[in-house]
Amino acid sequence: MPDSRDGPFDPVFNDYESETSLPIGGAEIMRVGEMDDFDVAVPEGGEARSSGGNLRQMGRVFAENKLAVASVGVVVFMVLFCFLGPHLYPTNQTNSQLALQNSTQNAPPGNGHPLGTDESGFDILGRLMFGGQASLIVGLLSALVATVFGTLWGAVSGFFGGWLDSFMMRVVDVLLSVPVLFLLIALVTIYHSSEILLILVIAFVSWLVPARLIRGETLSLRTREYVQAVRVMGGSRNRIINRHIIPNAVGTIVVFATFQVADSILLLAALGFLGLGVPAPQTDWGTMLSNGVQAAGNGYWWQIYPVGLCIVLVVIAFNYVGDALRDSLEVRLQQR
Amino acid sequence: MTGYIIRRLGQALIVILGVVLLTFILAQLIPGGEAKAVLGPKATPTTVAAFNLRNGFDLPIYDQFWRYIEGIVAHFNLGYSYKYNQGVTQVIMERLPKTLTLVTASVVLALIIAIPLGILQVVRRNRPVDYAITGASFFFYAMPDFLVGTLLIIYFSFDLKWFPVSPPSDASAWAIFTDPRAFVLPVVTLCVTSIASFSRYMRSSMLDAMAEDYIRTARAKGASNRRVLYGHALRNALIPILTLLGLSLPAIVSGALIVENVFNYPGMGLLTVQSAFNDDIPVVLGTTLVITIATVIGSLLADILYAVADPRIRLGGD
Repeated sequence: MPDSRDGPFDPVFNDYESETSLPIGGAEIMRVGEMDDFDVAVPEGGEARSSGGNLRQMGRVFAENKLAVASVGVVVFMVLFCFLGPHLYPTNQTNSQLALQNSTQNAPPGNGHPLGTDESGFDILGRLMFGGQASLIVGLLSALVATVFGTLWGAVSGFFGGWLDSFMMRVVDVLLSVPVLFLLIALVTIYHSSEILLILVIAFVSWLVPARLIRGETLSLRTREYVQAVRVMGGSRNRIINRHIIPNAVGTIVVFATFQVADSILLLAALGFLGLGVPAPQTDWGTMLSNGVQAAGNGYWWQIYPVGLCIVLVVIAFNYVGDALRDSLEVRLQQR
Repeated sequence: MTGYIIRRLGQALIVILGVVLLTFILAQLIPGGEAKAVLGPKATPTTVAAFNLRNGFDLPIYDQFWRYIEGIVAHFNLGYSYKYNQGVTQVIMERLPKTLTLVTASVVLALIIAIPLGILQVVRRNRPVDYAITGASFFFYAMPDFLVGTLLIIYFSFDLKWFPVSPPSDASAWAIFTDPRAFVLPVVTLCVTSIASFSRYMRSSMLDAMAEDYIRTARAKGASNRRVLYGHALRNALIPILTLLGLSLPAIVSGALIVENVFNYPGMGLLTVQSAFNDDIPVVLGTTLVITIATVIGSLLADILYAVADPRIRLGGD
């Protein structure tokens, strides 16, 4: 017999698709943790109450998840490390001439450089903070842009339905079937990259999944009894959207956004690794890793492991937080 | 089933048409137009105008789109690469088979490893083995491809010297069969993430199958544990894996781009990145278009296999 944690089987996101949507392509490969039970996050219930009851309950469930709390700790630590760290541990990270005067190239850890130096003589610990700023900012902002745009796209598509819905979803299908890195590189090549453009470009390849999710959510919420009841009672369309549909979809949106931060950081790291990351003199973790890898044959491990660890830690942390958020949302539903 | 396949074909065609439109729009978005991309920033207005006239870029936009589609369908014409001094199609066709073999090999390997892992997790459900595999798949799922590849190179190429760092650049697509040693690391790197997600999916798909009524029926009529597991549960659990495979393809192909760059493997991904550095936009757009069409066809094949494997669709009237 299966254990109770395994929900009913459900082909990938079928819940969220009507028959008008193509099952082609798709980045909606479930995350590892998502596979056991991903037909959640569709809150049941009436008008979303603003009382703290739900939130407190969700908070309690979240706090019970030790891994998630630790992950929040990791995220907070990383943010402090990257943004506060340079004030406590000031290093020169922009002028390689200056950096070289004060240190040697490719120095191993120790001797005033806790994590050694890179091929330009930059201090690696300081560079981790410096590069982390770009990685975190681009990751967070592009996830934000993608989520907002995708939510609007999906909500409009699902709410109005008809040919507009078909058209908007076809657009999503087409973009989803393009392998994401190829599209990303095409965009970066056409618009030479700056940090802002990277945010927009990464958002451009990431808004598709939330658009589908929110469209499905809107479709299902639209037909719920309590929404129909409001309609019967004469509630306006605005009231339905503002008081019922959006508050009930917020959970899905927040959960998605959390996962997306991890994905965006990974995408930027991949671009950086390919040499298409944020332009010099700024750097990011992917670019740092790429530089380190070029020297891998020389055994300069300190140019590879710390930055690799930073990427993996942040990505795992955001994934666990997203997982726990979804679980706590689900518990809120079950106990209602 | 014919109805299903025809519908699915129609959908694939719409997507391919949409992707053609997408690459066309991207080409229009090049600042300064294709002329600037081809002739370089120092081109004079006269040469730009002459270039536009010669290539029909002064025509109305819908005319240009029509010519673009016509060129692709009738002549496989994806534009001209001034960097390689060759048609984009020729440049791409040399590389496409290499990427296809890389992706196919790693998908096959991923399935061969992931399916038994998933079964093992179901058989040893909630035991240490199950937890260990779950933990490992979480870990490898979060590891970026380029990090996995880098670590593999460091240990297996530099330290142990078991495998070469990269396959010989002149190796043909078939070299994977004649000289497999050079391809071990790229293929393994590419399938690590797939193994993590496939085995997780296999586990839950198998557990769902175990909860079905036909399993209870099989047990009730006295089928052995083994027969229930492999005769009934496994066969049903395998079907959804095909759907997952179709949906995962774009992500796997994206991974191939990274892997090709890590291992200097001369496929479409390496070509795309090199062309990005060369500002060779026609090649970048061409690879994007061709690799997407290949991916769509791959997903289509997976879906058709799904239809063949699932008697509910195969025998259904629809």
